[in-house]
Parts: sequence; C-alpha cells; structure tokens
Amino acid sequence: MNQDNLVYLDYAATTPVDPRVMKVMLPYFSESFGNPSSIHRFGQTAESALENARLTIAQTLDCLPEEIIFTSCGTESDNLALRGSAFLARKERGANHLLISPVEHHAISRTAEQLASIHGFELEYLPVDSFGRTSMEDVACCLRPDTAIVSAIYANNEIGTLNPISMIGQLCRSRGITFHTDAVQAAGYLAMNVNSLNTDLISIGAHKFYGPKGIGALYIRKGLNILPSQTGGGQEYGYRAGTQNIPYIVGMAEALRLAQNEKDERTSYLKPLRDHLIGSILEEIPDVQLTGHPEERLPNHASFIFKGIDGNALLMMLDMEGFACSSGSACKTGNPEPSEVLTSLGFTHDWTLGSLRVTLGMYTNSSEIEGFLKVLPKVVSKLRIIS
Amino acid sequence: MSYKPIVAIAMSGGVDSSVAAALLVERGYNVIGMMLRLWSEQDSERANRCCTPDSMEMARRVASSLSIPFYVLDARQIFYNTVVKSFIHDYIHNLTPNPCITCNRVVRWDFLLNHALSAGADFLATGHYARLTQNSLRTFQLLRGVDSTKDQSYVLHVLTQKQLGSAFFPLGEYTKQEVRQMAHKYNLPVAERPDSQDLCFVGADGNYRQFLARHAAQALRSGEILDLQGNVLGHHKGLAFFTIGQRKGLHISSPTPLYVLDKDSSRNVIIVGTQEQTGRDSFFVENVNWIAGEPPDSRFTALVKIRYKAHDITGVVNTLNSNTIHVKLENPLRDVTPGQSAVLYNGEVCLGGGTISNLT
Repeated sequence: MNQDNLVYLDYAATTPVDPRVMKVMLPYFSESFGNPSSIHRFGQTAESALENARLTIAQTLDCLPEEIIFTSCGTESDNLALRGSAFLARKERGANHLLISPVEHHAISRTAEQLASIHGFELEYLPVDSFGRTSMEDVACCLRPDTAIVSAIYANNEIGTLNPISMIGQLCRSRGITFHTDAVQAAGYLAMNVNSLNTDLISIGAHKFYGPKGIGALYIRKGLNILPSQTGGGQEYGYRAGTQNIPYIVGMAEALRLAQNEKDERTSYLKPLRDHLIGSILEEIPDVQLTGHPEERLPNHASFIFKGIDGNALLMMLDMEGFACSSGSACKTGNPEPSEVLTSLGFTHDWTLGSLRVTLGMYTNSSEIEGFLKVLPKVVSKLRIIS
Repeated sequence: MSYKPIVAIAMSGGVDSSVAAALLVERGYNVIGMMLRLWSEQDSERANRCCTPDSMEMARRVASSLSIPFYVLDARQIFYNTVVKSFIHDYIHNLTPNPCITCNRVVRWDFLLNHALSAGADFLATGHYARLTQNSLRTFQLLRGVDSTKDQSYVLHVLTQKQLGSAFFPLGEYTKQEVRQMAHKYNLPVAERPDSQDLCFVGADGNYRQFLARHAAQALRSGEILDLQGNVLGHHKGLAFFTIGQRKGLHISSPTPLYVLDKDSSRNVIIVGTQEQTGRDSFFVENVNWIAGEPPDSRFTALVKIRYKAHDITGVVNTLNSNTIHVKLENPLRDVTPGQSAVLYNGEVCLGGGTISNLT
C-alpha cells in the first residue's frame, strides 16, 4: 500500500485551489466581510469586490458584466439555464420541445428528464457519432419551431470530447432558438469568448479550474429572458436571489482569469504528457480502447475502457498503489451501473463497466505519469486473472 | 522502519467488524476497509441487509473515524450466481441450506480475499468469533472463539490451509460483551447497533418462505402429511416450508405433539410422528473439507455440531473417501437435516465438516 506518494490524476473531478487564488480570497472572510446589499461602507466594500469580480469574468469571456450571474456551482447554473429557459419559452411562445445531447452531464440530463416527466416537456436527444460529438447538421435536422432550448456540452467530463459549439450556436441563433452549453470542463482550457461561441447561456464552475468549490456562474446573453428558479431578495439581477458568496466569487474570478491567461501554456505542458499516456496504454495493454475523440478532446483528459474488468475494483487497486483516478461508472456504494454516456456510444456491457478516466493538471509531472504507466498494466492483468 | 503488514478488514457497518478494524489499527497494521455490495431481492427499494445504504454509511463513518481507506466492491453477480442460486436449488431438491456457508466459501474467502490480495493486502480479516493458531508442523488450526455463545468457527469450517494462511480473526479472543465495551472505548458510532441477521438477501418481509414462493414455486407444491403407517393426517403447502424436527405449522389436531420425521420429495409428502419416533443417530456427510488438508484418521471420535446453534454431541466418524464421511452419534438427535452442515471438533479445534446428505 502506497501511503506516502499519493498521485492525483483526477483533475476533471476537482482541482486544488491555486495559492494565488487563495491569497485574493482570504481578506473577504473576516476583514471585508460585509453584505454587498447593505447601504453602509462594509457593504460597499463587499459590493465593490463583487462587481470587480463580475467585471473580471466579463472581460475574460468578452461579455458585459450584467450578463454574468453568480450561482453556487456548475450544476446550479445548468439547472437555472435549462429550467429558466424551458419554462419561459413555454409561457411566451408555447415551446415544449427540449433538445439535448445524449452525452450531457447529469446536471443537464437529469434536469431535462424531470422537465419531461414532471412538467410535460418533450425531450429529444441529438444524434452523436462514436466519439460523442454532435454536428451542426445533426442539430439542424432536429430543430423545430417549438424547440424551447438546445443544450450541448462544450467538453464532455467523462470522455473528454469537444463539441463544435460555435457552429451549433450559429445555427440556433439563425433559427431564433436559445442555445446553452455546459462549459464546466472546458473553461480551464478552451476559448471562452462568448461572441465566437455564439451561445446564449454558458455554465461554469470554479473548482474545475483551481478555484474553490461551491461557486459557479451562468452567462446569460443580454436580451434573453429566463425564469429565475431561486426567488427572494432580488440579487443577481433577480435571476438568483441570495446573499452572494463574496470570497468565493472573488476566487472564481481570479481563477478564471489565470486559467484563460495561462491556457496555452497549460495545454502545451499537459498535452504531450497526456498523449504519451494514451499511446503507452493503448500499446501495452490488451483489450483496451480509448473513449472519446482522439484529437478533439480536452488537453488534460484521457479515458479508456478495459474489457471484462470491474472499473470500481480497478480504481480501488490504483488507489492502493497511490494513484487517484476516476471512472464513468464510479460509484461509492458498489453498485456501478454501466455509464449512460458509454452505453449511448454503443459500447457493450462487458466493456462499459471497465472504464477509467485519467485527468492531468498543473501539478502533474512526467515521473508521475511514468509511475502510473508501470502500475496500470500490472493492475489490469491482476484483475483479469481474478475476475 | 520495519514493514507493517497490510490487513484488509471486511466491514459490514456492524459492531463486530468495526471493533475488529479498530483493534487492527491499534495493533499497528496498515488497515484497509472493504465492504461487499451483495445481491438482494428488491435491489432498487431495499438493499441487502448486510449492505443497506445505512450500514454502508456506518462502515464508511467507522473507516473515517479510524483514518483508514474504505472501498466497496460489487459482488452482486457472484453472490447471486453462487449463494442465491444454490439456496434456491437446495430447496427445490429437498435440502435445508445454510447460505452463510456458501457465502464464506465463495464470496468472502474467495472473491473478496482475491481482491484484497491483488490490491496488495497481506491478510484478510473478518469480525468472526474464531481463533487461528499454527501447530508444531506449521499447519493452521481453526479454533472456536473464546465466547462459546458467539463462536462462528461453524461457518468457517470450509476454509483451506491456503485461505487460513491469509486469514485474520481479531475478535476470537474476546466475548461479545467485551467487544461492545471496546466499541464504546474506541468511540465507534456502531456500539449500540443490533447484531446482523442471517438470510440477508431475502425481501423486505425477511421471510425465506415468501422468497421461495417467488423464486422456487416448484418447491412449494401442496401434498399430504402422513404418519409412519401411511395414514393421511393432513395436507401441507410445500416441502420447503418444513424442516426435520419441526413441530409448529403442521395444523393437525392430535392428542400428542407431532414432529416432522422426514420429507419425501419423490412423493411430495411429509412424514410425521411423535417425539419418541423422531431422531436419527446415523448419517452421511458429503463435500467434506478438512481444515488440515486430510482427516485425522480413517475412524475417529469427534464432537459434532449439526447446526450453527446446535450443541456438541459426541460421534464416531468413518471416512469413506477424502470428502465423504459417515457419522454415528452417541444419541439420536431430532433435527439432523439434509443440507445443513455437520462440523467436527476435537475439543476447541475445528477439524472440518461438510453437508449432511439425503442418503440414508
């Protein structure tokens, strides 16, 4: 059992807070603790921090500050975007049709399923290729005048595949249909300029790009109206009531600014490491496949399926060896279900349970990857012997 | 720094395995908590009693309070294919099985042990009340737990030398009362949890008869209840509802209490008789496992236990071949039941055991 040198290879699950981010957050816990809605100077200091953070994010995304709404996480942003658009589109123009990709994060797919089962929306899934990509042509075929919203994930969390968001967005805009993208995984590495992405709504969450957990944002294009799901004191332009979490908002803004400034640097550091990892695994281990697109994928993301292996047992053994990874069917209660994403891509049951996701980050180094590449083939063959 | 052996502890969220884990940590081992996700009938609504979300949460809390890693392994498929299927199969074939023994042999001490060893563990520990020693020939011996009311060597009689070489029973030296006290001492959140039940996998009603009605309807054909002379005294709703020596549930009015003497599956009848007519002192035992790898002798005297909770009784054992024996008890017992395990002891030492046969 490796106790001393634990190697973290699960940066798509979450990331440590960058010390530079931590530093700008700290004054807002006990020193400048005011409520931004208050009249007095305590409140004014907090409000100024809030609006500066909003401005930083707006500059990073090339949008207006009032187009940024702070939420508690990426999942909340997804919920607000989908529910808020669906309910308003139904109210205003009788639109009842939801169009989402079958490889969305649960924050979208479960929300859409509930909108269908409880609220009577008609839910349709877009076609995808074997890498999980939806094309503009696929969307064109499915769009209807009564489509309330289209949602397609920018970069998939499980298989890393990127969608052609800009093209899908252009099409939706030309048809006058609201388009949302979940950019929670993408925001740390990909272009986030809202004008070139042609999106109406974009979800992000800070802890995927070295910011704190428990804070997210939703970009809402000016002129687009959605129904708030959390009502109350009218904060966040009435879209999301509740006292803002100032230290976390400040942290997210700094983390996003750093991520977008440094994304080329981070990508050119991580991509060769990641490519080496993928190449070695595909070469050295029998009965393994890469999941997701070989090129059009997140630069820090590698995902595989191993035939005839229990992915949970694989994660346990890797953890015992000191490597923290994840899988599409990861389940802490021991009843892994085959991943819906992998199933929708047509993989069979004897493959889908054996998934492994290895995601790199700014603290990953090549000796860790070499260590991992020594251990993984051994662990896979051990598991194949006993199962 | 000297090497600290790695011990995987099979956790259930109950008192016993939690205290066993705490003892291992206190003794300085590198401890890993492992829990099995087992099959249960109504998986979606109510998980197997050994691994309800509740007990899993409890095990996780214990592991976290001991600062040990904790993992859950999916054993649903192997548990269903072995333990549950053979349980159903045995009832269809007029046997009264003990599924815990199959579970120990195939799931705990094979599937889990292999996973633990592959993950780098040196030993697999459980919260069983049993002890382990090595004799002068370095053969592992399985001994009864010190607490005779809790001794669980009975369900461990299926273990081989190889398995025992990797086994660890931290509770064998303690009584249940001491274990509960230790749970308090270690401040474990489980101190007051009730003991777990047998037959963890049957549905929410907890009733194996209802379970069989759903899964083995062919074992539940109604038929006649006869006396030894062949007179029809009543009717039964299925052989599986009855076990040898049973008195309740016959629904026959009789001046003297009647007991199930035998179940004849070829005629689907139950044969009943008075207390004087019950009892059997001679039977065959199949699929015998010898803990030492071989029987102590071709013919020897041993203490025999015919059920988990039965008292010891002296018997003479004749080995017919390496895995079949004949047992002659010093007195007849009312409930010698085909399908249950007969386990042999020499004093404190468990010699092995096997399944009581249908053959007479």
